[in-house]
Amino acid sequence: MSYPTQFRYTKEHEWIDAKGGIATIGITDYAQHELGDVVFVELPAVGSSLITGKTFSSVESVKAVSEIYAPASGQVTEANSTLQNTPESINSDPHGAGWLVKVKLANPAELNSLMDAAAYEAYIEEKKKEASA
Amino acid sequence: MNDRIKKVTRHTNQNEGLIFEKSSPGKRAFDLAPMDVPAVNIGKELAESHRRNGVEDFPEVSEIEVIRHFTRLSTWNYAIDLGMYPLGSCTMKYNPRVNEHVARLAGIATEHPYQPQDLSQGCLKILSLLEKCLLEITGMDVITLQPAAGAQGELTGLLLIRAYHQKNGNPRKKVLIPDSAHGTNPATAVIAGYEVENIKSNADGQVDITALREKVNEDVAALMLTNPSTLGIFEQQIPEIAEILHAKGALLYMDGANMNALAGITRPGDLGVDVMHLNLHKTFSTPHGGGGPGAGPVAMKKILEPFLPVPVLVEKSDGKLALDFHRKESIGKVKAFGGNFGVLVRALAYILAYGPGVRQATEDAVTNANYIRKQLEGIFDLPYTRPSMHEVVFSDALQKKRGVNTMDIAKRLIDYGFHPYTTAFPLIVPGALMIEPTESESKEECDFFVEAMKSIAQEAEQTPEIVKTAPHTTRIRRLDEVAAARKPVLRWKPRRKESGAAG
Amino acid sequence: MRYLPKSPAERQEMLAAIGVKSVEELFTSIPEQFRLKRPLNLPGPMSEAEVIGYFQDRAAENSVGYTSFLGAGVYSHLRSVVTDALLQRGEFLTSYTPYQAEITQGTLQAIFEFQTLMCQLTGQEVANASMYDGSTATTEAVLMAERITGKRRVLVARSLHPEYRDVLRTYAKNSGLTVEEVPFTASGTLDGTALKASLRDDVCAVVVQSPNFFGAIEDLGPLAEAAHGAGALLVAAATEALSLAVVKPPAEADIVALEGQSFGLPPSYGGPFVGVVASREKFVRQMPGRLAGQTADQDGRRGFVLTLATREQHIRREKATSNICTNQALCALAATMHLCLLGKEGIREMAEQNIAKARFTLSELEKIPGVKRTFPGPFFNEFTVELPRSVKIVNAELLKSKIVGPYVLGSAYPELTKHALVCVTETTTRLQIEQFAAGVRAALQQPL
Repeated sequence: MSYPTQFRYTKEHEWIDAKGGIATIGITDYAQHELGDVVFVELPAVGSSLITGKTFSSVESVKAVSEIYAPASGQVTEANSTLQNTPESINSDPHGAGWLVKVKLANPAELNSLMDAAAYEAYIEEKKKEASA
Repeated sequence: MNDRIKKVTRHTNQNEGLIFEKSSPGKRAFDLAPMDVPAVNIGKELAESHRRNGVEDFPEVSEIEVIRHFTRLSTWNYAIDLGMYPLGSCTMKYNPRVNEHVARLAGIATEHPYQPQDLSQGCLKILSLLEKCLLEITGMDVITLQPAAGAQGELTGLLLIRAYHQKNGNPRKKVLIPDSAHGTNPATAVIAGYEVENIKSNADGQVDITALREKVNEDVAALMLTNPSTLGIFEQQIPEIAEILHAKGALLYMDGANMNALAGITRPGDLGVDVMHLNLHKTFSTPHGGGGPGAGPVAMKKILEPFLPVPVLVEKSDGKLALDFHRKESIGKVKAFGGNFGVLVRALAYILAYGPGVRQATEDAVTNANYIRKQLEGIFDLPYTRPSMHEVVFSDALQKKRGVNTMDIAKRLIDYGFHPYTTAFPLIVPGALMIEPTESESKEECDFFVEAMKSIAQEAEQTPEIVKTAPHTTRIRRLDEVAAARKPVLRWKPRRKESGAAG
Repeated sequence: MRYLPKSPAERQEMLAAIGVKSVEELFTSIPEQFRLKRPLNLPGPMSEAEVIGYFQDRAAENSVGYTSFLGAGVYSHLRSVVTDALLQRGEFLTSYTPYQAEITQGTLQAIFEFQTLMCQLTGQEVANASMYDGSTATTEAVLMAERITGKRRVLVARSLHPEYRDVLRTYAKNSGLTVEEVPFTASGTLDGTALKASLRDDVCAVVVQSPNFFGAIEDLGPLAEAAHGAGALLVAAATEALSLAVVKPPAEADIVALEGQSFGLPPSYGGPFVGVVASREKFVRQMPGRLAGQTADQDGRRGFVLTLATREQHIRREKATSNICTNQALCALAATMHLCLLGKEGIREMAEQNIAKARFTLSELEKIPGVKRTFPGPFFNEFTVELPRSVKIVNAELLKSKIVGPYVLGSAYPELTKHALVCVTETTTRLQIEQFAAGVRAALQQPL
């Protein structure tokens, strides 16, 4: 899968897609692949605040739980309620239908310090090399 | 069926549905004696508002159906009585049958915890003797038999530690836990109100002393250590570890899950441990029963005695035993009615059967583990090469090259007639195979196991698919755990006829 | 030693294969000064007959031959011999926790049946595969309510079993929960007015037991309403699970904490027992303990697995819903077998016998001058009476006739100094009841 060029990426494998002051956040294809089949997603309530670097959600597979860290700060405007019935969208479409939350950004400039698609792809290449070493 | 597999072959095995699916109104499996007192009007006695008209859909079957139902179900289980469980840190040893017999004796099984203590001297003597034996084995000063399992023992231990620190003016904030620890350790620390700080293991799989020295300060309440570690390796620097902790007023907690490597050989109390728990369902042979009951006694040094859970077993001036409930500084109760007495009886029966000979059991356990290690070294990757005690940890690094991982190997082991070893734990060894044979395995059983593992390694090399899609011979193949977690179905429901209304 | 399957020759062979001359060489990683140079000072070794002899001697020093009227959270009920016959099958007794589902379908299906039976009994939607006992189940239910509501205050009925309250306090102390008691009324049931006065929006759980410690059956509807009105959950505990056969189940409760000892487990001087937490489906991910779920294998065959494991300690570690590693599988299995044997009619009949015998006992006691029934409301198989003389003294007299008298309520409730909690089950005969009443009468007539 290719990594959308308009997204920004974190070292913890979250992606963020900002349009105007609203950003959509999800986990990357690499992350869903590492996690395995997603069985449950815990999402924050609409109106709650995200603080950069702090956990705001968790994604569960059968044998593991992954904490999801906020790539930027802001207030949750929408949470992807379809994930309650079809958590598997995170596996099948992690960059699209598997989005987690939409957030009104407190400081859009925060995204400038995140990786772009090329940097992220290089980053996960390194990770893959480390794993098979 | 693979020609190489000698230990097991196919056999016709009964299918069986749920007991509710066999139910039919009017069938009975149990009769009561006729009532010898006047009958009463239940509706009047309970008031209609409280009255229940039978338990809906409760099963109605005959005695033979109950016997067949559970007998058939039992044949689908693997068990120690059938063969080895190489499960690391579980100590799946023989559950002696005399233990079952004595636990069921009239006068043992029938006693009520609130009956007069004068009428319970037999029970109290059993508890007293077990306490003495466990203290002798652990080298500690006092013990509580109250916790119902290892995890509850851990909690009790931490609550004792907290009470101790509190009395000294500072309950402290953190508990240090090695990254090789069992999951109950951090979970328990949090419930006890502490923060968890992980401490890394060094290249030898032991606690990193330098890291420990840096981390121990007056905010640290204790270090929770498993010894031997979950790698099966003895923590050689345990006396130094104890010193570092004690110098800052912190305590050393030992998770006694691996006591099967130490009983009769060395004593944690002599090594500097302040408090520890035991798993009677591991080291002391009480049956796992499919997942409990267990018992997790906590033994400690005298400094923690004031905080013991109530009641405390004491000897009165007339020589009789009694339960003392008046302990001002006690941490309270972690469970109602004392410990799991039935489990404690079984553990004492085990100790009495062995006597000081319990050392021989430890020696055989360590011999078996090392024998298996020697035969499988080179065939499986051995990440930590220090001497193994009662268990050995390999990794799937060699087999991974052919796309076969520890889970696959474990599942293929089932086709060879064994229960899998512990997979993917400890976390510090990626792709771990954790193997503990216990002393209950004969040379023959160990050889069968080694043969099976060697054969599977060969299969991983030559025909990996057969390993990756195992097991092949069980009545149920790999189950869809994803569906079970996404849409949990946790009970049987009767099929109802559709009513006229929608929904 | 009969439990060790090795001959001396085999030991030598294995040591040679390892490459050592003696077994001592396998322990060199233990610093020399810490290796024991003496045998442990332990009794034994004993032959099988000697082990049995030891425990038979201890049994003779207990209460064999006595009739008991004790309940108070631990009950003597009939158990079919079929239960032990099945329970002692090695495939059940010596099997491990069912993490490898393909070779533990026996255990897993039995757990699934247990969960179903518990739902049927409690009127709740999901039940777990058991907890250590009723006291820890009650505590876990409170912790569950805390996780769900995020609040930290707990209102607990004073009529909840004293030891259950002790256990709750021990856990609460360390998790920052405050526990407050709500008194009982002259009827022995929870004081609804006092409850409402204490309820604010900072309460996670209201905990009530029914039948309560005094044997009285509580009216849960209004309590649930009051709790919910304040944003709290209602936790209903029960120590005498047999009552659920004839008493309306606590369906209004959000979480039920049950002690299942009455179902096929002997009193065994306090354990092992079997606790259960049951609740609504919407709370299942906050539930502690193991859960067996139905699923299918790759060929479509129905099977069962442990599921929702991510709540548990071996995955969540610090964030686990509780630190329970084991459940009480063998005890839950015994309960499952027992309930299948009793069946729908058997459990109802047994429960009705309990009610009839308890009432008969009460009526016999009420004939004795000075003996008064304390609480007027409906009860199951335990009730409270007031005696004109100290219960301890009466019990001391009763012991002479080989009767273990009722629980002395004064030991846990200073406000109930002359009161006794009498328990009668289907195992007590009419003759024993009459002898008990005669014994109480005689004891009260003794000169002071």
